[in-house]
Amino acid sequence: MTQASDTVAVAPVGRSRGRLNQRVIAPWLFLAPGLFMFAVYVLWPILQSITLSLYDWNGLYNQDGEFTGTFIGMGNYAELMVDPAFETSLWNNLKWLVLYMLALPIGLFIAIFLNQTVTGIRLYKSLFFFPFVISQVVVGLMFAWFYAPNFGLFYTMIEWFRNDGAWIIATPFFLLKLLPLAIFVILIGRITFWAARNAPSRAWSNIGFLPIALLLVFAWVMSEGISQYYQSAWTELVASFAGKGIAILADPDLVTYGIIAAGLWPQIAYVMILYLTGLNNVAPDQIEAARLDGAKGWRMLWYVVLPQLRPATFIAVIVTVIGALRSFDLVSIMTNGGPFGSSRILSYYMYEKALSEYGFRMGYGAAIAVVLFAIMMVFISGFIWKMWRDEKER
Amino acid sequence: MVHKKTGALALVAALLLSTSAFAQDKRVVTWNADYDPIPLAAAEAMIVDFEAANPEIDVVLTNFDHEGYKNAIRNFLTADAPDLANWYAANRMRPFVEAGLFADITDVWDANGLNESLASSVLSSTIDGKKYAIPYTYYQWGIYYNRDAYKAAGIEAPGEGGVTWEQFLANCETFKAAGIDCVTTGSSALWPVAGIFDYVSMRTNGYQFHSDLAAGKVSWTSPEARAVFAELGKLQPYVTANHAAIDWQDAAAIFVQNKASHYVMGNFAVGVFKEGGMTNDNLGFMVFPEITAGVARAEEAPTDTIHLTSGAKNPEDAKTFLAYMASADAQTKWNAAVGQLPTNSGSSVDAADPFLTAGFASLSTATGGIAQFWDRDAEAEYAKAGMEGFQRFLVQPEALEEILAQLEATRLRLYPM
Repeated sequence: MTQASDTVAVAPVGRSRGRLNQRVIAPWLFLAPGLFMFAVYVLWPILQSITLSLYDWNGLYNQDGEFTGTFIGMGNYAELMVDPAFETSLWNNLKWLVLYMLALPIGLFIAIFLNQTVTGIRLYKSLFFFPFVISQVVVGLMFAWFYAPNFGLFYTMIEWFRNDGAWIIATPFFLLKLLPLAIFVILIGRITFWAARNAPSRAWSNIGFLPIALLLVFAWVMSEGISQYYQSAWTELVASFAGKGIAILADPDLVTYGIIAAGLWPQIAYVMILYLTGLNNVAPDQIEAARLDGAKGWRMLWYVVLPQLRPATFIAVIVTVIGALRSFDLVSIMTNGGPFGSSRILSYYMYEKALSEYGFRMGYGAAIAVVLFAIMMVFISGFIWKMWRDEKER
Repeated sequence: MVHKKTGALALVAALLLSTSAFAQDKRVVTWNADYDPIPLAAAEAMIVDFEAANPEIDVVLTNFDHEGYKNAIRNFLTADAPDLANWYAANRMRPFVEAGLFADITDVWDANGLNESLASSVLSSTIDGKKYAIPYTYYQWGIYYNRDAYKAAGIEAPGEGGVTWEQFLANCETFKAAGIDCVTTGSSALWPVAGIFDYVSMRTNGYQFHSDLAAGKVSWTSPEARAVFAELGKLQPYVTANHAAIDWQDAAAIFVQNKASHYVMGNFAVGVFKEGGMTNDNLGFMVFPEITAGVARAEEAPTDTIHLTSGAKNPEDAKTFLAYMASADAQTKWNAAVGQLPTNSGSSVDAADPFLTAGFASLSTATGGIAQFWDRDAEAEYAKAGMEGFQRFLVQPEALEEILAQLEATRLRLYPM
């Protein structure tokens, strides 16, 4: 903007003063309400949280309204360093961050799939978008029932699969075990075939019978073994799968993945809509040109479509990262932090320590919040830097 | 045309009418509570009785959602304090007492002879020698058993004297063979397993050790604490699988459907069992069996209390209401409606309800002491750490050393030597 040169070069006299005010002060006046709100509702609470993290406070004021906390400096952070629950939360947050990124390719492919002009496609788009519209609490509740032991759909499906449906998995494995035998038989067949081709018919009648004879003997020997082998291998295989269903939310190793799967459902819908909008703005002439050059399928997607979807991808990444770091509702509804704290994440741990039924440590919760803020700042700074760079280039 | 005169007349009339409403002059006592529907109806009936006896006092009850109340109370005690507030006894009220948000009501206790009539609850209502709570109800914990499940497994149901620990475990083995869970629980909210732990602890080492454990005075790696986990470990194989993923209500469904034979729970669960279809014929109650011979029997009986807040605007009338709530008749009526036990020794219990009678008998003869439940006897953060440890032990008993080490580390951090 050329404001600076204006204010230096032109001496403000008469009408120029009005224009000066317009150019310099007016933008600030327009920004003022927004800046004020931002300062009061975003910046001030951040500062307060950072200050609070230096205190040991149980969240209560005494009857005279006085603050009951004591200043302990970096004490909360020192405790965080050695807290095993904090370490678990950090690792879980990392899992969330990495696995939530799956929403991007899946959302993209669904968007591409839905980007067709077929009658009723809008109905399908609405149905695919539906998970994002419903409250996260409802999503969490539904998935908790889905995973629930004894009556949950997922649990009964796994149980059926392991008991009655085990043959679906067992058969391919069993066939794999027959593979060496099949190869042997084919090999014999090919040798016989070659021998028949190279040798004259008299040689064939001599040599040709030999492999067949060997095969017959072999088959006779194996037939006894095969039937027994078949029986025992089959039973053993099926038995190894049999069992009860898996209660995802009760297993400390699987619980985080179960919750992430629940969270991905609405997130994929969100990303899908972003990409659908982006796909609407893809230039059709570029597609035509690419098609004329012989690009199709994967190459078309990678070299022509995706670069045009960059703004949509950028926003999708921002939204997905923030969603992954923030997701409190699902953990709170589905597991309350998981079997003995296995599915804790930073935002839930912060709530547990400061605001929950057994949490009377505001300072410690604030320290966890500050750590979460620091992690988010890494990503937010990256995004702002990129946006600023894009703006400068214009 | 503006009719100024008519307007002025109307305004004066309105003002006069409003002041005449004040002239009825009922003094208001505000009460914040977190009752479920049945206790709420009983509380409102109690208010009606009180207002009939004290026509110049109007008690206004504001009911909160039970879970939301636990957060709301931290705000309203400072911001806009009612005169009376519900809460719990023992260490659970300590944060508010130490912040000076609950008022000292030792005078109410002394003036109404409550030290005698509420004798069993004196300890849990006292902090540093002063009393801050009026207990009005408690309920027993114990083992509820399903007679139909016993029949299905071909075991004789326990008689009057209950069963011994060895017999209980042997029965569990038979139940397991019959495909029935011996003990069911839903530990996703953590507190149900604390009930099991508390009982095993009190039966193994007695009330005093358990109390010291909750207060952080003894080590988790001590032989006595290890003994508790050893006994708990004997029970562990028979607990419902995947209990960490279900609520206590889901576990109650398992119990009602005859898929489990025992449930260590409080008496409030009887209503839930009966709604699920159980009757006095197939639902039984027994006290937790003795584990170490000769240990005085202690029971769990969490007490609900009501407190006078420091910011009360009408403390005098509020104290009158507190005295009313502590009286034998009010407690008899309230507890009869809700199905719990009155704390006043002069109250009576409905003889027709077998569970209340059994509970009253079990608590009156508990020579070892009455515990308030792990999450009220222990301070909040310590209680949570403990409950997570118990839940983990019931899921991963092989991780015992790690669990004990973590509990011990928490204890040393919160209660440094």
